[in-house]
Order: sequence, then C-alpha cells, then structure tokens
Amino acid sequence: MADTATAPDPAPASPGPEPRRLAVRKTYKLYVGGAFPRSESGRSIPVNSAEGAHLAHAARASRKDARDAVVAARAAFGPWAARTAQLRGQILYRIAEMMEGRHAHFVQETVDAQGVSEATAQDIVSAAIDRWVYYAGWTDKIAQVLGTSNPVSGPFENSSAPQPTGVVAVLAPQDSPLLGLVSVVAPVIAAGNTAIVVASERAPLPAIALAEALATSDLPGGVVNILTGRTAEIAPTLAAHADVNALDLSGAGDLATELESAAAATLTRVLRREPSPDWHALPGLARITPFLETKTVWQAVGR
Amino acid sequence: MPDTATPAPAPLSPAGGNAALRALLDGLPGVDEAGVHARVADLATRSVKTTAKAHAIDLAIRMVDLTTLEGADTPGKVRALCAKALLPDPADRTVPPVAAVCVYPDLVPVAARALGSTPVGIASVATSFPAGRAPLEAKLLDTRYAVAGGATEIDMVIDRGAFLAGDHRKVYDEIVAVKEACARPDGPPAHLKVILETGELASYDDVRRASWLAMYAGADFIKTSTGKVAPAATPAVTLIMLQAVRDFRAATGRQVGVKPAGGIRTTKDALRNLVMVNETVGPDWLDPRWFRFGASSLLNDLLMQRAKLTTGTYPGPDYYSAD
Repeated sequence: MADTATAPDPAPASPGPEPRRLAVRKTYKLYVGGAFPRSESGRSIPVNSAEGAHLAHAARASRKDARDAVVAARAAFGPWAARTAQLRGQILYRIAEMMEGRHAHFVQETVDAQGVSEATAQDIVSAAIDRWVYYAGWTDKIAQVLGTSNPVSGPFENSSAPQPTGVVAVLAPQDSPLLGLVSVVAPVIAAGNTAIVVASERAPLPAIALAEALATSDLPGGVVNILTGRTAEIAPTLAAHADVNALDLSGAGDLATELESAAAATLTRVLRREPSPDWHALPGLARITPFLETKTVWQAVGR
Repeated sequence: MPDTATPAPAPLSPAGGNAALRALLDGLPGVDEAGVHARVADLATRSVKTTAKAHAIDLAIRMVDLTTLEGADTPGKVRALCAKALLPDPADRTVPPVAAVCVYPDLVPVAARALGSTPVGIASVATSFPAGRAPLEAKLLDTRYAVAGGATEIDMVIDRGAFLAGDHRKVYDEIVAVKEACARPDGPPAHLKVILETGELASYDDVRRASWLAMYAGADFIKTSTGKVAPAATPAVTLIMLQAVRDFRAATGRQVGVKPAGGIRTTKDALRNLVMVNETVGPDWLDPRWFRFGASSLLNDLLMQRAKLTTGTYPGPDYYSAD
C-alpha cells in the first residue's frame, strides 16, 4: 500500500482526446405486479418521436403478458378495494408528489412524444399531476355523493353504497400519452378498482415514465399494470378475458366495435370512447361511475 | 449426469436388524444436488403446446387426487368435493373425472356413499396424519377404520423422527404393519401410498434413502409430502423420487408410483411434472395408476386452461367452485 501511495505517477505519454463516457440508455419495460419485466416474448418495438426520430425501443407485450397482468390485477384487487378511501386518497396524492419530483423528466418525455413546445409540455405535465390530486380528493367522497339512503316500506334502514367493480382493462388514449393516460387510469383506481393499461401504441414512453413514478409511490404492486405494444394484439385478449370486469375503450380506435362484442360474451362492462375528449377539462364523476357497482343493505330497525 | 445414477442392484427383501438396513440404504449413491437442480431447470424450459397440451391437461386432470385435509372439513364439503371429482366442470361434460378424492379417515364413509361404484377412488390419510406421532396400535386402528369405511387407497406418513434418528428398522416395520392393515377380507387390499414428508428430511440423500426404504417395505406409491409442511413437492425432490422408482424397478422388477403433493397449483407446474415423468421414468408412468397429483387448487387451474383451449377465451376463477 505504502509503496504504491508514494510511487511517482507516470507522466502521461501524450495528452490524447478526452475519454468519452459510454451512454447509459434506459431499457423501457412493462410494469406488471409492481415489477418491471420484459415481455415474456422477448420482443420490442421501435418508438419514434413525433418528428420521426428514433427514441428508444419499448417492450412489445404479448397475449401472455396480458394474461399475467390480469392475474396480477386480480390478486391486487381485494386488498386495494379493502383500503379505506382516505388511505387510497393519500396514496393517489403521493403519486402526484412523485410525479412532481420528476417534472422535468415528464416534460422531456412529453416534448419527445407529442412534438409540442416545452411550455405546452409544462402545462400538460402540470395538468397530469393535478389530475392525480383531483382524484385523490374524490376517493372518500364518492360514496357520499353517489350513495343513497332509500326510503322503504317497513321497519328497515335501507342504504345503497357504490363498490368497485373489480379488474378494469383500460385502452389509454392514443394521442394524449400522458395527460390522457392519467385521466383514464386515476378514476379507475380511485374507486378501488385495479387496472391493466394498454399504453398509447405510438407514444408509449410517457406511460413507462409514469410506471416509474407509480413504483416509487405507495401504490401497491398490481393495482396499475402497464403494457406497451400493439393495441390490436393485446386488446382482444383483455376484452374476451372472463376475469376482466370492465373495459375502457378510450384508445380502441377502429377496434372498438369488435372489442365491445367480445366483451359482451363475458358480461364485461364497457365504457365507450368519447369522440373528441378534452383532457384538460375537469372530468367530474364521469369516469368514476362507469366502474362502480351498487350494494344495497337492509337493516332491521327496532328490536 | 444425475439422471443416470443407478444404485447397485439390491436384495429383494432386506432382512436382519437395523444395522443391516442402514448399511443397505447407506450404500445408495449420494445425490448430486447441483446436477439435480440443473436437470430440473433444464426440463422446466420444455414447452408443451396445442394438441399435446390438451392431451397433457386431460391426463393431469385424471391424475389429480382431489384433496381436502382441513380441521374444518364437513360431510357437506366432502360431498361437494365428490361431486366435483366426478364432474369437474359442469359446463363441459367432456372433462374426465379425477383419480380419487383424499380425505381424513372419519369422512371416508361420507365419500364412499357419495361416490358409490364410480371409478373415482377414495384415498384416506391415516397413521395419525400429518405428524405421525402416535403409537403403532393407534396408527393401525386408524388405517383399519379407513379401509373398513371404504377407502381404496391409504396415504400413510412415515415416522420422520425415527428415520432421522437412524432407526430405519422401525420405519420399515411400521410400513409393513400398515400394509398388512390395508388388507380387506372382501376384496383387493387398499393401495398404500407412503408419505416421506421430504420437507422434514435433512437432505436429498435422505429423500433417496427414504424412497428406497418405503419401496422395500412394500409401498405401492411414494408421496412427497403431507401438504402441511413447507417446502412440499419441490421439482428437485420429485425428480429424485422418480429416479428412485425407476432404479427400484430395474433392480427388483416391481413398479412403484409417485405422488407429488402440496405446492402444485398451476397447470404449468403440472405439465412440468409430466415432462419430468416422461423424461425420467418414461411413458410407463404416464398413467393415473402410477403418477398422481395431491392437490386442491390445481384442478381449477387445469379446468381454466382447458376451457381456454376449447373456447379460446380465458375464464376467470369466479366461474369455478372453490371446493
């Protein structure tokens, strides 16, 4: 030790060019059950920016990945629905916190994906973060607004309360890869459902950036599962799967009719896509109520 | 190559005291643990698709010992289990029945009434399952009670304490005595499955020795576990037991069945086991007479995978009865 410490540094032979650091590129993977697996098929798809420049490769999920995601979402449903509404609200707020810390990253992803100016991207990211805060506030008010106390004939207290419907397959909007994505996912999980999300096919990278924020928030694994790849390949499996309880067709495009009939075979609830949604507008309860069921309780009064 | 470890041919019936028996079992070659794990991992990569998968799923269903071994078992639950054993999927009558139901001895008469003269067997755990900590007299009474009630198969547990203490003779004598208690005056004797409870044995070498000990003593089947101890039927243990029955048949000419039990929950697990059977002991064992799955939740997953193959749609667990 001492020898090497006192040994004189050999003089550099010649001042060559500055050694270049190797680029550390990110592998964009799926988000299933709280983990980031590659597609079991080993496939990937090239992702280009709005201008057509190559950005990265994203995993191309297979039908098997979709089924694994259903299993993860089903396993996560019971515990997630059983959490108190207050706690779900805190966790959704925590997601907003995590996104805020990665604000610059989301802006860059949005500029790349949508080809918008940085200022516009700033607005989109802020709106996406605020959307989480918005639904975080809703979690413990859904039952108050939608629940009812029903007058009945007889000595009974009769009340109805909304319940989450279960596992929801969400086809995220194709043209709004971050704000649109958050706008369809947040209401689903706010009510206590779990989600399998098929990210925008052309611009999947913001969805994976979101997955990284979800993974570092307090959201339990499996509550949100994000698949990237070809919508036309994955969506039919999810629509026909009997263990999927509801289907959001926001990003279905021309597949919508075919998927709706596949979903009908297993009595899956379907939320049709809006013709031209304004993702910046405040959504209210419009995207929460389609994924709720009603539980009515009769309780005898008196003795 | 762990798959080719062939012990020296052994005498048909080990006589003499404990020392002779121990010497015999200690003469078995040691298990190459790394080799077994590599072999298991290699076999797990095999892919079974389409028509072969459909065939394998039906075979796996026919190999299931549909099991309920809970303190909370009721006659009603056992009757429901028997109904499911006969007609696993009420929505699809082409699904074959399972091999047997597996219950505690006191519920054997309930199962016998429910199953009548159907081909579904009635297996009963016995000999103070799952610990096996009872006097021999109690174990034999347990066994005779189950056989008299109509059990066609007896799943006994070995005395792991005696085995680990080196008293192999005691284990051997107990198996022989239980085998005698399986006799039935009015028909063929109940098949004897011997549970080694590999999760409580110290090493893979012990699994191999216990397998041979049970087979020498007259076991018709060797079974990995009670399902009450983790780890249960790991692929490595099942592979070692398959090698044991293969080598035992080569040495003595008698074929013995294998039953992994506990921890096999998915169709993928079941198919990997079938691949292991085919590659280790060959198609002679690919039959419910020689290979069984001790399982409760496996059947539903097999039914769901089968429904996927026949309908193209993935069904959900809500479509199948829990018990």
